[in-house]
Amino acid sequence: MDKVIITVVGKDAVGIIAKVCTYLSEVGVNVLDISQTIVSGYFNMMMIADFGKTSKSFSEVSTDLDALGEQIGVAVKCQKEEIFERMHRL
Amino acid sequence: MINIGEVIETNDMVEKENLDVRTITLGISLLDCIDSDLGEMRKKIFNKITSLARNLVTVGQDIERNYCIPIVNKRISVTPIALVGAAACHRPEDFVEIARTLDEAASQVGVNFIGGYSALVSKGMTAADENLIRSIPEALSETNLVCSSVNVGSTRTGIDMDAVRLMGQMVKKTAERTADSGSLGCAKLVVFCNAPDDNPFMAGAFHGVTEADAIINVGVSGPGVVKTALEKVRGESFEVLCETIKKTAFKVTRVGQLVAKEASRKLGVPFGIIDLSLAPTPAVGDSVADILCEIGLERAGAPGTTAALALLNDQVKKGGIMASSYVGGLSGAFIPVSEDQGMIDAVTDGALTLEKLEAMTCVCSVGLDMIAIPGDTSAATISGIIADEMAIGMINQKTTAVRLIPAIGKGVGDTVEFGGLLGHAPIMPVNRFSCEDFIGRTGRIPAPVHSFKN
Repeated sequence: MDKVIITVVGKDAVGIIAKVCTYLSEVGVNVLDISQTIVSGYFNMMMIADFGKTSKSFSEVSTDLDALGEQIGVAVKCQKEEIFERMHRL
Repeated sequence: MINIGEVIETNDMVEKENLDVRTITLGISLLDCIDSDLGEMRKKIFNKITSLARNLVTVGQDIERNYCIPIVNKRISVTPIALVGAAACHRPEDFVEIARTLDEAASQVGVNFIGGYSALVSKGMTAADENLIRSIPEALSETNLVCSSVNVGSTRTGIDMDAVRLMGQMVKKTAERTADSGSLGCAKLVVFCNAPDDNPFMAGAFHGVTEADAIINVGVSGPGVVKTALEKVRGESFEVLCETIKKTAFKVTRVGQLVAKEASRKLGVPFGIIDLSLAPTPAVGDSVADILCEIGLERAGAPGTTAALALLNDQVKKGGIMASSYVGGLSGAFIPVSEDQGMIDAVTDGALTLEKLEAMTCVCSVGLDMIAIPGDTSAATISGIIADEMAIGMINQKTTAVRLIPAIGKGVGDTVEFGGLLGHAPIMPVNRFSCEDFIGRTGRIPAPVHSFKN
């Protein structure tokens, strides 16, 4: 298990989750959990994904998602889970 | 499992509140490069630094990408050069050659700064120490990345006043030699009392002789994060205030610890310490002075500032110590003037004076930092200011430092520009009465008694 947090922030639109998930399934990333909320008018989505069996490296997926985000007008960010674990869990 | 609120909080800290890791500093021992032949030694130094640090910058960038956390500086610190060069350098010019080698090595591996052009002379100077100190103005004016520090006192040994007198002259000379760049050389020169061996911050970083061959030290930052957290508890009691600072410092430090461990693993170099200092930058919202205002002061420097700073410094340590397995370096709130927009504003508005800054240094690290003074300030007066600050460190068993910039050709009312993280500084007035005869005395101030504390 190689957990990565993917966040998507931007204006709400049809198909954001679909497009991101389609890409993830193509590269063999398993989505473990999705949650979303609206913060000051902006769509915030967080996915916990498993990069353990992906066909591409973390930095390739991260770059691809950057480009995909640009295409659909949202900011997509990939971060290894440890930074959140370390900051918020004892 | 991590929830979306926690993810948003962390990312907001980075994107809106200027959370970053200020520096990953690779400490490198140069003791095994010592040689009586200067050319041979320079070769050894260059090879050791460029081989150990060759991946430092790319590893830093890797970590930045993996966690989306900016790592502002990648730096190197080395064994104090006065020790390394003692066998080969018989004149100040010989030491300058080593400074050039350090500069070339740092530039080849792509780091932001290299520290350790240093001498430790808290009780006395060897001929090599004195030669290194006398070479500082030339070394700093002819290199770009080299930082220099001199430890002139300690609680155990007292203060070497001969070195203090000499450093006053060297600060002045360095300012003169770099006059056309706002006396920038002085921004790379620190005078210490009780200097720590494992400080990752510049300009005072050096790799102490008690350290291992190579070590990773990390400095975190995050004044903006503390300020934002405190905005939510306005008007609350001191208990709530302190709890909030502690919790925030904990979170910030945990990120530093993660980055340090990752860097250590990827470089194959042991992890040394996390430095808990709150380090400001000139960016709006990244200011220690703003935290003091948020605690309840109209401006940094107002009555109550020393107490507020003491509280802040202590809570940052309490939160940070729990978050990291090894804490060291300077570990306190930094109060540089030019690097902190809130401090600059306080000086410009007349709220903050050199004397108040001196009082503030009694309760926090690190000292009179990045303070521009009139260019015609005499060397003896600079030595006097250094001596005062060293005395505070010596008596209070803490690290203190002085990084003054006599801005050549400028006076009170002018501003000097350094650019980048070093910022800009209004010239502050200095007490105009002389200390010439005091500084003119030779020898040292004896170590203080360690009981009868008052």
